[in-house]
Amino acid sequence: MKISELPGDEDSGLTNRTYVFQNESHTLGNALKCIISRYEDVVFCGYTVPHPAESKMHFRIQAKGTPALDILKRGLKDLEKVCDHTLELFEKEVKAFQKS
Amino acid sequence: MSKYNISAMSKLEEKPRVFLEEFRVKNAPNDYGFADEKWSFKKFTKKFRIIIVRMNDFEMEFDLIGIQPAFANAFRRLMLSEVPSMAIEKVAIRNNTSIIQDEVLAHRLGLIPLKADPRLFEYRAKDSTEGTEFDTLEFSLKVKCTNNKTQIKDSYRPEDLYENHCVYSSQIKWHPIGNQASVHKEIDVGPVHGDILISKMRPGHELDLHLVAVKGIGSDHAKFSPVATASYRLLPEIILTREVTGSDAKLLQTCFSPGVIDIDSNGRAFVKDARYDVCSRNVYKYDEIKDAVVLSRIRDHFIFTVESVGAMSPDVIFSEAVKILRDKCKCLLEELNTL
Repeated sequence: MKISELPGDEDSGLTNRTYVFQNESHTLGNALKCIISRYEDVVFCGYTVPHPAESKMHFRIQAKGTPALDILKRGLKDLEKVCDHTLELFEKEVKAFQKS
Repeated sequence: MSKYNISAMSKLEEKPRVFLEEFRVKNAPNDYGFADEKWSFKKFTKKFRIIIVRMNDFEMEFDLIGIQPAFANAFRRLMLSEVPSMAIEKVAIRNNTSIIQDEVLAHRLGLIPLKADPRLFEYRAKDSTEGTEFDTLEFSLKVKCTNNKTQIKDSYRPEDLYENHCVYSSQIKWHPIGNQASVHKEIDVGPVHGDILISKMRPGHELDLHLVAVKGIGSDHAKFSPVATASYRLLPEIILTREVTGSDAKLLQTCFSPGVIDIDSNGRAFVKDARYDVCSRNVYKYDEIKDAVVLSRIRDHFIFTVESVGAMSPDVIFSEAVKILRDKCKCLLEELNTL
């Protein structure tokens, strides 16, 4: 399992959670934070790599109303869309460049 | 003079930028570092542009315009440390009587870039002792230094006195496993450059090595990184706010990188191409011209430079980096959906 939940948020409803990502770092953390912190219903979003020698990334979401899990899923979907779009555009430009 | 000011000011409104002032770096007053913008995929696709500036098999320069720094940095980090490549990982030393130590020699061999396309190979399982044709490349290096029998008289040059006194990467020989010989060609899997000096030897010294190359990623060891460099910088912009002529124009020219400032037939300085300026802020040394320029960088215009090590062309490396991030998201989503 790559994702687990950090204990401590049981009393604050479903909207506040910290997820632990195994074998992830700033690469995913910052890109995902960049998207999720811009959502309308998100109060706080941040990430940390607690120790540089452990390849773990903690990802915190606090929201109004929407469950944190749904927000995380939405964020991952949006990041995937960003990648797809970047890839498509880049390959189109490379092809055009090679033709000219 | 007013003409200059108006055109300069209207130019400043268009894009988000950081100003490089004499003693500080300052954001535009209405710029909150993209922090207040709400996320919208539509808006992103509308603003996002890619321009390819130059490209060959080893090097490439392209612009990503209208993208968040977090994404640009993610792509850069992925190219450096998560796009895979093949490199020599294990060296069995049957004989080494050269002066270079076994471990140093093994390390040097690991750093030799291989032409093998990592997309055609799989990762080797952590606990596997025997490699298969799908995840391993085997090479050997067998060289012995001897006296040159047909010595040129009175010559003291080592190339005349000895044979094989220099060991080069071109002497590494590939040994196909299983079906590999029909799938790959030797020039497509061996070292990218044949003239990499591995060791120097004298008569009696001998190397007999068995080399095993596997697929890996840069975060494990830098030898697996497919790029020599992958970096980005922000597009510089130089705006002249008043006319600069005569000796001041010459002085202004010397403050920037060559080709950035040019002087027209009337002796007036103009900005020819700010793109390749190093943003040194040397102008601020001179009181007579420091009020004539506004230096800035465009905050969402990233100039990427990708320099490949040789296995994959730089455009493929970038595409692979984006695919890796996409697949990461896919995998994590799948896991969350089954939770």
